[in-house]
Amino acid sequence: MQEIEKKEHKPLIVAFCCNWCSYAGADLAGSSRLSYPANVKIIRVPCSCRVNPIFILKAFQRGADGVILCGCHPGDCHYSTGNFHTRRRMGILFSLLNYFGIEKERTRIEWVSAAEGQKFSLVMNDFAKTICSLGENRRLEDLRCKKN
Amino acid sequence: MQEKLESLMQELALKKIASGEVDRVLAWKKGESYFDVSPAIFKESFDGFTYNAFCGANLSKFLVEETKKEGKVLVFLKPCDTYSFNQLLSEHRINREKVYVVGIECQGKLDINKVYAKGIDGILDIEETDSELKIKTIYGDKTVKKDEVFSVKCETCKSKKLVVFDEKIVLNEMKDNKEKRFDIVEKLESMTEEERFAFWQAELSKCIRCNACRNVCPACTCTNCVFDNNKSGIAGKANADSFEEKLYHIIRAFHVAGRCTDCGECSRVCPQGIPLHLINRKIIKDMNTNYGEYQAGETVTPLNPIVDFKKDDVEANTVVGGKK
Repeated sequence: MQEIEKKEHKPLIVAFCCNWCSYAGADLAGSSRLSYPANVKIIRVPCSCRVNPIFILKAFQRGADGVILCGCHPGDCHYSTGNFHTRRRMGILFSLLNYFGIEKERTRIEWVSAAEGQKFSLVMNDFAKTICSLGENRRLEDLRCKKN
Repeated sequence: MQEKLESLMQELALKKIASGEVDRVLAWKKGESYFDVSPAIFKESFDGFTYNAFCGANLSKFLVEETKKEGKVLVFLKPCDTYSFNQLLSEHRINREKVYVVGIECQGKLDINKVYAKGIDGILDIEETDSELKIKTIYGDKTVKKDEVFSVKCETCKSKKLVVFDEKIVLNEMKDNKEKRFDIVEKLESMTEEERFAFWQAELSKCIRCNACRNVCPACTCTNCVFDNNKSGIAGKANADSFEEKLYHIIRAFHVAGRCTDCGECSRVCPQGIPLHLINRKIIKDMNTNYGEYQAGETVTPLNPIVDFKKDDVEANTVVGGKK
């Protein structure tokens, strides 16, 4: 009899990191040998405000279980006001997703500066833990994009 | 009352055309029956010109195309349509010089489907009084109270203020009930995430992607729409799976965020009866509570909460869609 192998679900986390702060923060975390989960996939963007709401939705569509958006601290944006716009736009989008019943914990915004390697590692570990406890993203999945 | 309003409107329209001040009139035309009304342009003949409790259509969007043509157009706008008109002015979609706005009275519009739902069928004719509909059917005469059959968008009315007009025809006082505006949104918020998911899954799975909500929305005036772009992945005329259902409605609501005047046209035209206005209303409620009270279309301004910011805005993680 063929035994059905039960695969353990490995969550996939997409992290959008701004080029000037959070991406450098992730770099610092790496060079300081601070660990963060391997299932966090970082996508570098020029500014957190470059992240179009569709990017978040597409990430979920392609199988992400959680999406985190990291940018410079408000007021420290390389382009002066980018992250202020992010804050409003994403506040409304994430609230709307939650209104549709998608767990609030699956989406998050964190401000991580280039000097906060420690914070980056902490945030990612914490976020990965939350997503692990939530399990697979079933409410905003696209079956066409699923493997097997 | 309704006949008097209608004749006053027609009188004014005829006068303006005769004096040459306007070239044509944008109003409602009677169809096969009393409740079958559709927007129409009147020029020489005023046959079928009507204004009754079923004239729910928001005429402001038609002005985008109408003002590109030659000559001035006279338009009748209900209070909530004037908000859309202002919003379109803010976006430079309408040439104000080419429009003569007549603000008209509105005591709430009715939904014929709600009349059918009451078991009334075979309607021959309808007579309207201030608070009642006297319906003549093939099965005899019936009476229906108007406040039982209000269309979804008029159950809660945000405002009866005419925010822009050149002239107005208002015979009676109009009452709004904006205190009840966010009631259903709040009810949804008080559900658990699971219940909300079940609710929206059930509602949105009815969507047949007819794009009527997009076509009627006065805030959706792009000539090239993302939903018509085959490369966008969401141009399909049928939703392939539950993700696409949600994706379409999230995108639609988000594209008009901050510009939506809450006119409720999306829900009115939905052939499947999906309460689409609740999605937009949630965004409006979030913006009101977190970024300060704002009503799109109240004034002509290029700023709205989604393109504006304050340095001490609340953190995005604290804005939630409801209970856990």
